[in-house]
Amino acid sequence: MNIRGIAAIYKYEMHRAFRTIGQTIASPVLSTMLYFIVFGSAIGSRITDIDGVSYGAFIVPGLIMLTVLSQSVSNASFGIYFPRYSGTIYEILSAPLSFIEVIIGYVGGAASKSLIVATIVLITSSFFIDLNIAHPFWMLFFLIMTSVTFSMFGFIIGIIADGFEKLQIIPLLVITPLTFLGGSFYSINMLPEFWQKVSLLNPVVYLISGFRWSFYESADVAIHTSIIMILVFLSACIGIVAWIFKTGYRLRD
Amino acid sequence: MAETVISIQNLDKTYDNGFTALDKVNLEINKGEIFALLGPNGAGKTTLIGSICGIVSPTGGHISVFGHDTIKEYKQTRARIGLVPQELTVDSFETVWNTVTFSRGLFGKKDNPAHIEDVLKRLSLFDKKDTQVRKLSGGMKRRVLIAKALAHEPDILFLDEPTAGVDVELRKSMWAQVRKLQETGVTIILTTHYLEEAEEMADRIGFISKGNLFMTEEKTSLMKKLGKKELVLELYNPLDCTPSSLDGFNLKLANDGYQIIYTYDPAMQDNGVVSLLDQLRGLGIKCKDFNTRQSSLEEIFIELVGQE
Repeated sequence: MNIRGIAAIYKYEMHRAFRTIGQTIASPVLSTMLYFIVFGSAIGSRITDIDGVSYGAFIVPGLIMLTVLSQSVSNASFGIYFPRYSGTIYEILSAPLSFIEVIIGYVGGAASKSLIVATIVLITSSFFIDLNIAHPFWMLFFLIMTSVTFSMFGFIIGIIADGFEKLQIIPLLVITPLTFLGGSFYSINMLPEFWQKVSLLNPVVYLISGFRWSFYESADVAIHTSIIMILVFLSACIGIVAWIFKTGYRLRD
Repeated sequence: MAETVISIQNLDKTYDNGFTALDKVNLEINKGEIFALLGPNGAGKTTLIGSICGIVSPTGGHISVFGHDTIKEYKQTRARIGLVPQELTVDSFETVWNTVTFSRGLFGKKDNPAHIEDVLKRLSLFDKKDTQVRKLSGGMKRRVLIAKALAHEPDILFLDEPTAGVDVELRKSMWAQVRKLQETGVTIILTTHYLEEAEEMADRIGFISKGNLFMTEEKTSLMKKLGKKELVLELYNPLDCTPSSLDGFNLKLANDGYQIIYTYDPAMQDNGVVSLLDQLRGLGIKCKDFNTRQSSLEEIFIELVGQE
């Protein structure tokens, strides 16, 4: 195992985040505050409690997930796309690194950044509402698994993308609708029955539901289902990434 | 007999679009030599290097580096190779020091600031160590790429068109640096389409054209074998044709008959120059001046590619 090689990529990715510390931290903090002001205070004050949880508190897990999903995808996709674009990828390809090592470096870096941002959003939200976390272990489990899975997904986008437009359009067209319709701001049970069924096709529903359960013990779907689903997504992403490296798709001529 | 560090057998590469970049290439590289891969643009030089370094997946054949297979045992082979790519692909936003240190880590080597410092000093980059790479000149960026390739102390260094777009002065200093590296025991493979560069630098030269490595030779024996010499005689009075008694010599008339050009092989024991001059005097043909010149690698190359 080329531990030093993994560490070099990881450190490089983290360094990149700190070089752009403003974007990394300021924008998620700002958008979280805006969500709280608009949904938590302005609109939320007119919404009744959901499953015994005030609306302001109810949206916190969803907000964190929203941040984690978009951060993971954008960090990881940019992390691998940029070396491809600039040509510096030659060094990664000619280094004594296996595909697993490259993934650990890039995805580890992207997921770590997401976790840092998630923590910041969590701390920011604690200024607006009283937080209580019923199952800290499962909260961390969902947070880490989601960061890793969607960083992996971002990595795949970064490999497939052949221009900066595609790099941005996939997160915009796929991730944003899935998170907004995935129950970030409402309970699936509030929807008509037909749309409840449709929502079950949305993978993000399971993530947000499981994550919210770890805070308030109320969930849209059974917690076991959430755990199984996240493991399924992770495996699917690992499978695709393994195929990419095995065939050299878009990496090696 | 020199130790073989790279052995390539029947290497093929056909790209997805059907273009054959390499066609049954066989090559052995000896330890400590400077080998120049010479060929026109698009001949397959970069593909050949990429196949050895792991950037291109060959479609056929076999490559071993220090006895290890480059596909099955890629970790062992890549750890000992440094690659300087043709394009100036640098990490613009990092500092010189960070990007070179990153390269060392990537190749699994323990941090060694003393070595990085030494490499940067040798390439006259040390005073720029805290500068962002994007702020450097083109020549300096090229040297940063060399520093990155040397960061992990490779035994083999690939230089893909190292002096493309580099001015004459910098080119000379780069050649001197490459020679210094060779003195430390590093085997160097460079690609170039500058014949002057191959002639100046290489111990051995491989000619590649259309994916076909059709000849590899020691430079000196190549020059001897193919380097023909010409004797040009300036005449007082022009000739209409060469006298038939001189048919045994390879003669040509030039400059409206005012010049006789004799092409001969300088490696031959008796090159015939003296006897030609004797016979000309016997025929009463007077010369007022003469000179000789040796064909350059460039002429040899053009001749070889022409035969292909």
